[in-house]
Amino acid sequence: MEMPVPDAGVLARKARVADRLRKVLPADAVIEDPRETKAYECDALTAYKCPPMLAVLPATTEEVSDVLRICSEEGVPVVPRGSGTSLAGGALPTADCVILGVSRMNEVLETDYDNRFVRVQTGRTNLSVTGAVEEEGFFYAPDPSSQLACAIAGNIAMNSGGAHCLKYGVTTNNLLGVRMVLMDGEIIDIGGPYMDAGGLDLLGLVCGSEGQLGIVTEATLRILPKPEGARPVLIGFDDNEVAGACVSDIIRAGVLPVAIEFMDRPCIEATEAFAHAGYPMCEALLIVEVEGSDAEIDHQLSLITEIARGHNPVELRESTSAEESAKIWLGRKSAFGAMGQINDYMCLDGTIPVSALPMVLRRIGEMSKSYGLKVGNVFHAGDGNMHPLILFDANKPGDLELCEEFGSEILKLCVEAGGCLTGEHGVGIEKRDLMHVQYDAADLEAQMAVKDVFDPAWLLNPAKVFPLDASATRREKALAAE
Amino acid sequence: MSVSETLPPQSGVSPDTEAELAELLRGGGDAWAVQGGNTRGVRCNAKTLSTAAMAGVTLYEPGALTLVARAGTPVSEIEETLAQDNQRLAFEPMDHRQLLGTSGTPTIGGVFAANVSGPRRMTVGAARDFLLGVRFVDGKGDVVKNGGRVMKNVTGYDLVKLMAGSFGTLGVLTEVSLKVLPRPETEATLVLNGLSDAEAIQAMAQAMGSPFEVTGAAHDPASSKTYLRIEGFEQSVSYRGGRLRDLLAEKAGEAEIEEAEASAETWRTLRDVTPFAGRKGDVWSLSCKPSDAPAIAERSGAQSVLYDWGGGRLWCLASAGHDVRAAVGVFAGHATLVRAGADTFDRLGRFHPEAPGVAQLAAALRHRFDPHSRLNPGLMARAT
Repeated sequence: MEMPVPDAGVLARKARVADRLRKVLPADAVIEDPRETKAYECDALTAYKCPPMLAVLPATTEEVSDVLRICSEEGVPVVPRGSGTSLAGGALPTADCVILGVSRMNEVLETDYDNRFVRVQTGRTNLSVTGAVEEEGFFYAPDPSSQLACAIAGNIAMNSGGAHCLKYGVTTNNLLGVRMVLMDGEIIDIGGPYMDAGGLDLLGLVCGSEGQLGIVTEATLRILPKPEGARPVLIGFDDNEVAGACVSDIIRAGVLPVAIEFMDRPCIEATEAFAHAGYPMCEALLIVEVEGSDAEIDHQLSLITEIARGHNPVELRESTSAEESAKIWLGRKSAFGAMGQINDYMCLDGTIPVSALPMVLRRIGEMSKSYGLKVGNVFHAGDGNMHPLILFDANKPGDLELCEEFGSEILKLCVEAGGCLTGEHGVGIEKRDLMHVQYDAADLEAQMAVKDVFDPAWLLNPAKVFPLDASATRREKALAAE
Repeated sequence: MSVSETLPPQSGVSPDTEAELAELLRGGGDAWAVQGGNTRGVRCNAKTLSTAAMAGVTLYEPGALTLVARAGTPVSEIEETLAQDNQRLAFEPMDHRQLLGTSGTPTIGGVFAANVSGPRRMTVGAARDFLLGVRFVDGKGDVVKNGGRVMKNVTGYDLVKLMAGSFGTLGVLTEVSLKVLPRPETEATLVLNGLSDAEAIQAMAQAMGSPFEVTGAAHDPASSKTYLRIEGFEQSVSYRGGRLRDLLAEKAGEAEIEEAEASAETWRTLRDVTPFAGRKGDVWSLSCKPSDAPAIAERSGAQSVLYDWGGGRLWCLASAGHDVRAAVGVFAGHATLVRAGADTFDRLGRFHPEAPGVAQLAAALRHRFDPHSRLNPGLMARAT
């Protein structure tokens, strides 16, 4: 993975920059010892590592503003970091950057049940937002699988999704307002505890901008009342295509499950060996979950099982208790861990129209044979968000490169099928150079024009999202202007 | 450049294709008043550039809940297409014609350009939340696409959201791809009688905070009626309606239940703000924190108000020229002037003034996408 050459001028100013930062932050919030900055050398995409020049841990919006103003004046790139759970390298440092971690900003600032919102500092973890409101019977809907660890800051940067977005939407659909700091230190508020922030939809633009437009320090999030109950049904098929058709039929029938999860045979075998969830050995397995009162759940599940029966399932297991529900989810929730037991894996995130599911699964199977690398597919079928897991051996020379090439081919296939490169993980560095596959020059130009407006010197997370060749002129011009 | 709804239409163009539109805008020169069906009272003193000729549904996949259509496609055509497969536009776009006294055919491009959402917005999201992808031609004549036709997509910046509600000032939409939802089996509305505005807001908050999935919450002070809508499978609707009535027992003493057709009619009326149609005066729409709404209504100096979105949207009917923004003063939210005379639009502006930092970003974005101010000039930010 190519990264820009570190700026020697910036590296030479390290001591001065650190001095200036110490003047505006507590002593323990500026980290420059290489033994300590190493902790920030990568995120969850661990194949790539690079310790930053410095790391800072501000505790307030004002401190973030001071840091950005100083870095802006010194021409130092800043890489924002939530909890470092990005699978796309969104928080990967460059050697000449300052990592700005938001982990010390994790307070709940306001809860309002009548108006159904919560205002939090963005270092707070996703799950602990729900934790702050669940006693009153509310929850925060987006539920990325890293929700125990991932920060709201990162959720906003990547517009994170989760298993339940078929019904509840992703981060952008649940975000009402932000307080954010621009690269020059200016603090702005967009939206608030009301619907549809006025004017141009800057809130929608900021959400999913991968920390390239500003650093969000506070967020106003929509909270929802918890449903009365939820229960899944597990359906096994001896054919991928039939499972795909069943998903489509369920949606067409007017039932809107909160989640439809899909696992293929390699994945079922791996999870069964690992978690012993009692899954049937078949080609494809669906977990469909619905919500409501007991009677409502019964009614919806009866409609779903009726549709499923029309497709000759090899297994149909309706949960009748909390224990059975937990068992059905057990395998799905341990799928990534189970695959990790077999070998190293790379997790992709392409999204496709649900109708293209059978074709895409077939082609991935063919490619798997020709590359000689195993793939397990586990994904959110209701919204077409695939998660192919490619197994490889990191200790075997050339295997990572082969795996990356295979991954690129799968993502190109997703785009070809009418989908996109990434459904919820973000572009980061991982898919940066594939952006040309999905977007023409004019499409990328329009997006980069947005960054020009928010961060004219291209100092915020500059080497991400856009192919390096496409952003080169802008980054170099900014460098020359120093 | 003045913005008004009473200007006589000027001669204009209606390109047949995206390529033709791009050619036109690449040519430089004229400023254009961009419009779909010209039903929402948004006009600029310039020649009209209509998207009406770029029409037609190009893809519909009911099993994937997605539809792609050219911007000029009539909303009615899309609704009919969806109805055949028992689906719908869940964000319930308002039809402005009755309220504004306009004629013409609302287009899907217009719906998204103005981010038009109805009562269900509070539960399922706004028009922008259902927009999956766009194609547009910017003010320089460049054709740009963003997003796609899948529900989850974080590939690059979300210009889809930026285009929704940009009122044609960043580019002219040529194609939109959207998420649709199943039409529920039935609906019903619980109607509470005799509540004060403050009591109604409280009752709606209680209903919205319950697990019974209320998809509409409105209050009309004129009739002292508070409406709570429930949709879904028949038995589920009757179950939740009962539970909701129990929950609000103290307040719902005199409650009635409107069944399917009556309920649908009630919400069409609320969606289109019919109570204000044909009445003299200006119409404002305020977005605010629901619990603030009664006090804001009080301060607004409006003759009549209507609460939607559980109080999160406040419709005000005020005497012509009355500055509701000035009367209300500072509040968390914003006020949009929806219907007024040309002089009032000129004097007060359609949109709420933004804080300086945000206004600066918005102006810079408009300048990047439309450097020569040729698309609806002055509509979103008035020259000062």
